[in-house]
Parts: sequence; C-alpha cells; structure tokens
Amino acid sequence: MSDTEAAEEKFAVEVRAMSKWYGDFRVLHDINLTVKDGERIVICGPSGSGKSTLIRCLNHLETFQQGYVSVNGHELNEGMKNVEAVRRDVGMVFQSFNLFPNLTVLDNCVLAQRKALKRSKLEAREIAMNYLERVKIPEQSDKYPTQLSGGQQQRVAIARALCMEPKIMLFDEPTSALDPEMVNEVLDTMIGLADTGMTMLCVTHEMGFAREVADRVIFMDGGVIVEENKPDEFFDNPQHNRTKTFLGQIL
Amino acid sequence: MTEILQWLFGEFYGNMLSVLLNATQWTIYLSLTAFIGGGLIGLLFTVLKIVPVRWVQWTATTYIWLFQSIPLLMLLFLIGLGIPAFFKVDIPPWFAAGVSLTLFTSAYMSEVWRGALQSVPQGQWEGGKALGLTFMQILTSIIAPQALRVAIPPTVGFMVQVIKGTSMAYIIDYNDLMRWGKKIANSQIDGAEPFIVYPIMAVIYFSLCFPLSRWSKAMEKRLANS
Ligand SMILES: Nc1ncnc2c1ncn2[C@@H]1O[C@H](COP(=O)(O)OP(=O)(O)OP(=O)(O)O)[C@@H](O)[C@H]1O
Ligand SMILES: [Mg+2]
Repeated sequence: MSDTEAAEEKFAVEVRAMSKWYGDFRVLHDINLTVKDGERIVICGPSGSGKSTLIRCLNHLETFQQGYVSVNGHELNEGMKNVEAVRRDVGMVFQSFNLFPNLTVLDNCVLAQRKALKRSKLEAREIAMNYLERVKIPEQSDKYPTQLSGGQQQRVAIARALCMEPKIMLFDEPTSALDPEMVNEVLDTMIGLADTGMTMLCVTHEMGFAREVADRVIFMDGGVIVEENKPDEFFDNPQHNRTKTFLGQIL
Repeated sequence: MTEILQWLFGEFYGNMLSVLLNATQWTIYLSLTAFIGGGLIGLLFTVLKIVPVRWVQWTATTYIWLFQSIPLLMLLFLIGLGIPAFFKVDIPPWFAAGVSLTLFTSAYMSEVWRGALQSVPQGQWEGGKALGLTFMQILTSIIAPQALRVAIPPTVGFMVQVIKGTSMAYIIDYNDLMRWGKKIANSQIDGAEPFIVYPIMAVIYFSLCFPLSRWSKAMEKRLANS
C-alpha cells in the first residue's frame, strides 16, 4: 500500500464537487461533504434549498451530473453501476413513509429481505419481528399500514429499512408529516438507532434532536452548503447571516 | 340441445335458436382469443411503456398509438382482405379476426393498465428502490397489486366492448353469431324476418355481456371495501 492510500481515510460518504441540474436549473452547487463511519449528520435549511435532492443522490434516487460521490466505498456516477451495492448498504426513511399499503406491516419488512437478500421466509420473519420489537410495535405486525397512526407507520418504515441491515441510514424529514404528539416517538426511535452507532444523515428541523445526537449540523441554502459545525457552535454561534436568519425563523 | 330447443320453442324456432347458439360459440372463441392474446400482448406493452429506457417506451407508445387509432373494422379489412390480396397469401377468416381483435384489445388494455400503474404514487417506487428491489420486483410485488383495483373496472368494461366488437368479423366471413343471424334474417323465410332474428341475437349478446358487467360491479365493490 502506498503512502497516499494509507493516508486516505475510509469514509461512509464522500461527496466531492458534486453538482446537479434539473434542466437549466442548478439544484446543487459544488457540494463537498464527507461523513465518517458512525457519524451523525443533521442537514437543515429553507424549503427548496436542495436537502432532499442531496441525500437522494446518495442512494441514486436522483442522478447528478458533475463531481464524485462514493458511498461505503462504492462510487456512484450517472450510470447504474454500483447502484445495487450502494442500495444494499443504505437505508432510507421518507417524509411520507412510503409503506406498501397492499402488504401487512410484517410483509412490508419481509419483502425486500426475501427478494433482495434471498433470506428464507423464517429468517426474514424473525429479523422483521426483531426490528419491530425494537421500534416497539411488534403487536401491530399483522395489521395493514393504513390501520396505524402516522407515528407508528414511520416506526414501521424505520424497522423495514433496518431489516436490510444497512450501514448508513438516510432520513428525509421523517417527522414533518406527523401530528405533533407523534413526533417524539419517532425521534426517540432515531435516537435509539444513533446509540447503536449507525451512520446517519438526517434532513430535519428538529433542533432538539440535532443538539442531542448530531456530530455535525449542515446548513444548506440555494443548493449550497453554507455552513457546517458542531451542534452547539452551530446553534449558539452561527457564522453566516443566512444561517442566523434561518435559525431565527425556526427557533 | 336442438331437441330441447325444439321441444321448448317448436321445430322452426328451435332449429333457428340451435343454429344461432351454435354460431355463438364462435363469438365466444373469438372473444376469448382477444382477451387472452390481447391481454398478454397488452401486458407486454404496458411494461415496455414504463420501463425507464427512452427508446423502449417510444416503441410501445407507437404501437399503442397506432392500433388505438385504427378502427377495428379497418384492421379486419386490412388483415382479412388487404394483406391476402397484396401478398397473394391465404389468411383464414378466423385467423384474421383473431389477430385483428388481439391487436385492438392489446393497444387499449396497455393504455388502461399503464394509467392504472401510474396512479400508484411515485413514492411506492422509491420505497422499493431504497430497499434494493429491482424494477420488476417493485412492479410485480408492490405497484401491480395496487394498480389492480384501478384497472379491473375498465378492463372488464372493455371486455364487453370486445365481445360486441367480434360482431364486426362477419364482414370478413368469420362464422360467428352475427354472420349466421344475418344469413337467417336475409333468408326471406316467413317467421325469420329481421325484426324477429335481430332481437333474438341482441338477447344472446346481452346474456354474454351482462354477467361481465355484473362481475365488474361486484369486483369494484369488493375492492372498495378491502
Ligand atoms: N423533479 C424535479 N424537477 C425540477 N425541479 C425539481 C425537481 N425536484 C425538485 N426540484 C427543485 O429543486 C429544488 C430543491 O428541491 P429539494 O426537494 O431538494 O429541496 P428541499 O431542501 O428538500 O426542500 P423541502 O424542505 O421543501 O423538502 C427546489 O427548488 C425544487 O423545486
Ligand atoms: Mg425535502
């Protein structure tokens, strides 16, 4: 191994000079972001700033046109190469849950284990029940998603993602679609997950959560990463005017 | 069967009904050919239409657009009369009728099914992709089952259109209910006037279509409740 290779750190996520356009509109400008194994990142910023687009590029739900992105050692580019490998390592939780309404809670958790990981039915069910217990809803396993509350649905979605045993978890405003009284049960689940050492990238405006679990907070505006810092520094001593304005609005 | 019909309706009408019902089986066979052939090819083009590859989609779009815009009657003429005359080949009426109705049905069905698939929210695809499922896995396990409830009523509705559409095949000498009924009605025999024969045929067509309509309604209700 050469010196340069030895000096290179292994990143869970590595984004270098990445840009993305929708037609003529440049959504992401020269994004640079590295995330180490086990690091927990919170991404915030005003609506339309490109937060979702950024994390969706990390599991190829969106493509980008310029720059370098590597996830858990697999380089992503515009083609489909490595997409499968990346998606195996990355779990995602959406604002709108995206549970499959035609399947029971248990089958939501079992389906991809069977099809993508080729696990046996028995094993898949066992693992599914395990994670449903971890998100504290094993008793709902035979219900259909629409029979559950929003908070419960989102916890199922988290369990479903965890069943694939990902190395990295992406969250795109997981609590924004929830009634206020259900926000905490989902945040608690996420905090529990953070405690296991999972690498997490969370788009959220839950600042209490950010302070508690984030190693770094990233502020985006207009497709640019404007500022990033440790949570205490970020909240108590924001550097940029845009950050100050934004924090003034949400706090 | 003829005897029962004669016993029920007298010799003359018993015979007539027997001929008509015999012809009806060819209407049914042609309908089934269209359902199955059109269904399978329709399914293929439905998938091609949503595969995320531009030229594949374009091919499917062209096919669907083409066979949706050609009237069924023209397809029958083209395949049953035009092609045989031009290429000096013999195409039996049953084959020409089967192919025409299959093309006609497949184009319409793929349009309906594509619409049904696209009525399923995009988030369902993303949920599946994020879990590492492939296009076909997402389509068959997640999207299609949800699209089914949207697709069933128009599908069955169109099956009724297909059954009625088979009646046009008489024009290329396909021996179905329509052709035999027309023969009888034109026969100048007393008691077999058009105003008697055509209503009888209408009742037969009705009894083929009505159960389908009822079935569609029942399915719609069942799906709405689940
Ligand atoms: N499919 C698309 N086509 C064109 N423009 C898009 C598309 N998706 C998103 N955009 C635009 O890209 C920009 C960034 O969108 P994105 O969803 O990443 O923002 P966001 O920071 O997640 O916002 P929010 O807080 O509202 O979720 C927005 O201006 C949006 O209008
Ligand atoms: Mg967003």
